[in-house]
Amino acid sequence: MQTRKKYIFLTFLASWLLLFLFGGDQLRRFAFFSGRKAEARGNWPRWTDRSLLKSFADAEELQRDGDPSLPSPRQRRAAWLSVYRSRRCRMETCFDFSRCEKHGFKVFTYPQERGQPVSGTYGKILSSIERSRYHTANPEEACLFILSIDTLDRDHLSGQYVRNVDEKIRGFPLWNGGRNHLIFNLYSGTWPDYDGDLGFDTGQAILAKASFHTESFRPGFDISIPLFSKDHPQRGGDRGWLYQDSVPPKKKYLLVFKGKRYLTGIGSGTRNALHHIHNGKDIISLTTCKHGKDWEKHKDTRCDKDNIDYERFDYQELLHNSTFCIVPRGRRLGSFRFLEALQAACIPVLLSDGWELPFAEAIDWGKAAVVGSERLLLQIPSAVRCIHPERVLAFQQQTQFLWDAYFSSVDKIVHTTLEIIKDRLSPHRSRSRFLWNALPGGLQVLPDFSTHLGDFPFYYLQHGYGPSKKFTAFVRAVSQAGSLSQPILRLIQAVSGSQYCAQIVVLWSCEKPPPPSGKWPQTTVPLTIIQGRRQLSDRFFPFEAIQTDAVLSLDEDTSLSTSEVDFAFLVWRSFPERIVGFPTQSHFWDPEQGRWGYTSKWTNELSIVLTAAAFYHRYYHSLFTEYLPAGLRELVDGLAACEDILMNVLVAAVTKLPPIKVTQRKQHKEVVAQQAEAGSRRFSQRQDCLNQLADWFGYMPLVSSQLRLDPVLFKDQVSVLRKKYPSLEK
Amino acid sequence: IMCASAKYNTRGPALIPRMKTKHRIYYITLFSIVLLGLIATGMFQFWPHSIESSSDWTVEKRSVHDVPVVKLPADSPIPERGDLSCRMHTCFDVYRCGFNPKNKIKVYIYSLKKYVDEYGTSVSNTISREYNELLTAISDSEFYTDDVNRACLFVPSIDVLNQNALRIKETAQALAQLSRWDRGTNHLLFNMLPGGPPDYNTALDVPRDRALLAGGGFSTWTYRQGYDVSIPVYSPLSGEVDLPERGPGPRRYFILSSQMALHPEYHLELEALQAENGESVLILDKCTNLSDGVPAVRKRCYKNQVFDYPQVLQESTFCVVLRGARLGQAVLSDVLQAGCVPVIIADSYILPFSEVLDWKRASVVIPEEKMPEMYSILQSIPQRQIEEMQRQARWFWEAYFRSMKAIALATLQIINDRIYPYAAISYEEWNDPPAVKWSSVSNPLFLPLIPPQSQGFTAVVLTYDRVESLFRVITEVSKVPSLSKLLVVWNNQNKNPPEDSLWPKIRVPLKVVRTAENKLSNRFFPYDEIETEAVLAIDDDIIMLTSDELQFGYEVWREFPDRLVGYPGRLHLWDHEMNKWKYESEWTNEVSMVLTGAAFYHKYFNYLYTYKMPGDIKNWVDAHMNCEDIAMNFLVANVTGKSVIKVTPRKKFKCPECTAIDGLSLDQTHMVERSECINKFASVFGTMPLKVVEHRADPVLYKDDFPEKLKSFPNIGSL
Repeated sequence: MQTRKKYIFLTFLASWLLLFLFGGDQLRRFAFFSGRKAEARGNWPRWTDRSLLKSFADAEELQRDGDPSLPSPRQRRAAWLSVYRSRRCRMETCFDFSRCEKHGFKVFTYPQERGQPVSGTYGKILSSIERSRYHTANPEEACLFILSIDTLDRDHLSGQYVRNVDEKIRGFPLWNGGRNHLIFNLYSGTWPDYDGDLGFDTGQAILAKASFHTESFRPGFDISIPLFSKDHPQRGGDRGWLYQDSVPPKKKYLLVFKGKRYLTGIGSGTRNALHHIHNGKDIISLTTCKHGKDWEKHKDTRCDKDNIDYERFDYQELLHNSTFCIVPRGRRLGSFRFLEALQAACIPVLLSDGWELPFAEAIDWGKAAVVGSERLLLQIPSAVRCIHPERVLAFQQQTQFLWDAYFSSVDKIVHTTLEIIKDRLSPHRSRSRFLWNALPGGLQVLPDFSTHLGDFPFYYLQHGYGPSKKFTAFVRAVSQAGSLSQPILRLIQAVSGSQYCAQIVVLWSCEKPPPPSGKWPQTTVPLTIIQGRRQLSDRFFPFEAIQTDAVLSLDEDTSLSTSEVDFAFLVWRSFPERIVGFPTQSHFWDPEQGRWGYTSKWTNELSIVLTAAAFYHRYYHSLFTEYLPAGLRELVDGLAACEDILMNVLVAAVTKLPPIKVTQRKQHKEVVAQQAEAGSRRFSQRQDCLNQLADWFGYMPLVSSQLRLDPVLFKDQVSVLRKKYPSLEK
Repeated sequence: IMCASAKYNTRGPALIPRMKTKHRIYYITLFSIVLLGLIATGMFQFWPHSIESSSDWTVEKRSVHDVPVVKLPADSPIPERGDLSCRMHTCFDVYRCGFNPKNKIKVYIYSLKKYVDEYGTSVSNTISREYNELLTAISDSEFYTDDVNRACLFVPSIDVLNQNALRIKETAQALAQLSRWDRGTNHLLFNMLPGGPPDYNTALDVPRDRALLAGGGFSTWTYRQGYDVSIPVYSPLSGEVDLPERGPGPRRYFILSSQMALHPEYHLELEALQAENGESVLILDKCTNLSDGVPAVRKRCYKNQVFDYPQVLQESTFCVVLRGARLGQAVLSDVLQAGCVPVIIADSYILPFSEVLDWKRASVVIPEEKMPEMYSILQSIPQRQIEEMQRQARWFWEAYFRSMKAIALATLQIINDRIYPYAAISYEEWNDPPAVKWSSVSNPLFLPLIPPQSQGFTAVVLTYDRVESLFRVITEVSKVPSLSKLLVVWNNQNKNPPEDSLWPKIRVPLKVVRTAENKLSNRFFPYDEIETEAVLAIDDDIIMLTSDELQFGYEVWREFPDRLVGYPGRLHLWDHEMNKWKYESEWTNEVSMVLTGAAFYHKYFNYLYTYKMPGDIKNWVDAHMNCEDIAMNFLVANVTGKSVIKVTPRKKFKCPECTAIDGLSLDQTHMVERSECINKFASVFGTMPLKVVEHRADPVLYKDDFPEKLKSFPNIGSL
């Protein structure tokens, strides 16, 4: 046994030696052979003469790309106008830019015609436009026109279908082949194919349409809007359902769907297949055959069982408790489910091939939804299972941001549509994709203010900038005396003593002209005097003179010390998107009166910082003046003391965060308290103001805070010498 | 099907059966002889040739002229013209791509052939240098497969980069006879110069049926959004000329036009601009009187002045890119390379990779009609933004324009992202230059939410064996109204926790988790038992915090849920003498850290601490049994870019039990160690993420002259 083994191994060894001595060549050939075989399936060859290959075009050809025989650019553009019409419309061929040059982006809505009622939804759209800052009643200065004919429902089987639209349109003198018109539509086509046809000639009008198909969508011209229900609120709108960033972000169910199953016809393919992924555990996909009058005629073997399962789950419960929600196409490509899922922070899994997603020109849906393919339904469960929890958390937050920024009310949907069109008019003054997809959203970021991200208070962290290191003190003087009072002189001295003060700007809002420059105190920083228009909203006008990111807004009778200013400014630099200030007030819901209450008494909470002494970003001046419609500013000018509440409401609406109160010495709080006591008329006006603003915004944007920021060693039992801001404790 | 991340190898080490010692020696000897023989064979037979021959065997040495010739009969089929309605869901066979854990499409390249017509005349140049580079890049990439049956995307080796260099009908016939052509389904063609005289179509004229087109010079009418890919026209100068990146800032000229053979009408408009604005506008053209041997393409002239091209582009802030006969221009690549901001004047042009690149950040698009207003439009752009655009332009060139490889890979990635959208590359990854990626933060808790108060918080107490003190902490913390659960992390493996009956009876659930090892990082583990967002980390000797202090801390955390909210603050300082960071626990006017002996934070940071802590910080902390709180401060500041919030005047934790060991010498070594931690962490993070602030949070009416009983949090103020 042993010897045999020995021999076997010896033979083995010998044969290796033999191979080593003589077999090398054969072995090499063998290797060569297999190498050849691999070449047929190997990498792209490294050609021996690859360096000798000619370029795809010679340099001359690339750099001299002209052809003298071509028509001139002007002729070409003129020729385009006739070629690229209707189905092939683009902004440069079907839109008259010159209409928008003189008066800017103004929108005209056709007057309502008698005996021509519009649906509630279309009424909301029209009133959104009329409430917007772009509305004009004068067709002469309009850049964009909106019909008074309700074009939302173009399913001719529907009760709201308007007949003879063609004829009516032809009667409009402003129609002009549809040029510069915007047509809203939610439903088009009808059984059985639900095509995108509106049933009248839209000519060169821009379509803002739900369920847009990529094939009929004219890129850069049309706008895809979401389908929304007739109960969608006009303004404000409900907030999203995500109240907390749970970790892990997974909810009870992974993936849910509950809805109709079409037994026949368009869209039935996808919905018929949905039951395959149902596992009864974390994936719930339920369909019912019950819809329409004659569903039993088409009923198949699954229907009875499906219908029973269907009743066992509640749609709202599923929506609240699932991480992902399937949003399949219905008969048309878009469905109500999309916005429902978005609001519920249930990440939409889209199964709607060929759907041009809502506002895709601006919104990056890859950050908030899973764009699935109808053909790959069965891969969806494993695909969503593989999405990392961090990404799920980001998705959930993004759904909430998008919902709140662009979809939660008819106002937002309509305004987003208008802003997208406005951005096309001057590409160099438009929002980048980043702006649309980052908080606080495109509607609240005005490219007319700046196109540089660092000029806004919102993007410092994302882009590694910081706000400027100095501030502008902006003092409003209203006293009737015509001369400089003691308080304002003291204030200017105190503020100019701050090492962070870059300049002082005085807004002179008195009847009498400002004192000559010799009367003003000598300061180390430049002092500018602006003559105001004597309106309250003036104090938030974006004056050119304000050069720094930070504005310290002051009333002439405000009393502040230099160290208060220094400390508050440093705090503001940590919170540049918020209002940071001294005297505060708060709002509360008064259940007895059924309205918002307002108090200037000392409370444990605060939600309003008085702009008599507050730091905020200069961008808010632009937002106040440009973003808010004129009507709202008129309201403020009419009431005696409302402008600072509006400013607080506006900033809270943008940031969703409370303002910040910083330490103040005791004295001027008492002054404010006295003032409030003194004018009960003023008090009731402020309360009215608060309620009117809540009504205009559709909700109460103010957020309460329970804290105050003090210096680290504030009123601590340590030596005064250690403290940087000892004077704040007096 | 499993997720890539879920795959674990659970098999243990294989067991080797013991053999008799005698046999073992024998076997081992024999085995090693055989092994040696094998190695020797390999070495002697293969090694000496390897340098020249390895390529010999794996990749054959061949010339492009040696490739097989295919004769196309005159009547061989021609594909349909391109279908304008094609989209991914209609013309692309997604089943070929399948679901795979890597989420990568597989790309196959047809082998190179030379196509001739019936008369033996070749259909086109076999392959251009650029197309060969492109195919080589694909072949070397992760996308490549040599198995035609596994491929999802097919790339013909037929070179159609330049339509002028090929015969249209015959090229189409060549495409149609590819083995997997199938009406062009899942085939990708690359074309940079489409169209030809007289009408210069904006997409390749070769009939290509359903094939995807990666084209340079699409217009909005020919580009099938979401199907085709718009690519740049490659400029061979990218490879020839090295233009070092110039720092952003003002340059000698404001606007520069360098294109030759511009249409006279454009030329007139540019000249009008120059007449109006003088020297800041420079319009270059072809040089007429160059001496022989100087390549005309590398020179530009203005009157008698001669400039080097493309170097001159670096002298201008803005560079005009006008359309020529075609929409796509190679000059765009040169301009980006020079870090000059392109001013694109080509109505209806689809910019390269516009599906993913945000061109508003790198260029100015001006409608042709508005050319006369160009100067004032450009003047209105803030200087800081211009500087960013310059950086962005250069970054686009480096990442997506500089080589055929860059173009090829970006194209494939775009198609890949459409097929696996849930694994797609984000906007930031496509668009942010490295400098921005480095200096910016993307806060994982970016939504401004104030969590509902009703949710409450979970207190996590890390303990070893101080049972008495632990019980006091539990009793104290349980008085806080918003406490919703108490979790005791029992870090002592040698001793069991006390029996259930001995624990204090409190109004909220109390859970004890036992750990496998006595590690500090156990306190930051994301236990499933933590069901609230807010976590209060608290040591087992922190008994001095009042209920008001803790409740107020929670309320402050609700207003700053993405920050660390704690009591005693600490500071890091730069020690100029030692040239390193120093830890400071004196009572300073500034804070940059809070101690986690008692601190509120979001549970998400437990995940980050446990799974995403950079470098070896976690092990370092466990080994040194110190600085876990500093590590947490670094982590949170680094990911959010925000400072901590110190609440209430509290300056230090005093525990009656530990006064005895609170000696001076111990204190000093402690400080030295903490300083070391800061230096260590700063080097691992590669930056100092901590933010210094001068504020702390107090209740609104803190120390105000106001009746104490009306204050929400009266019992606050001790140090």
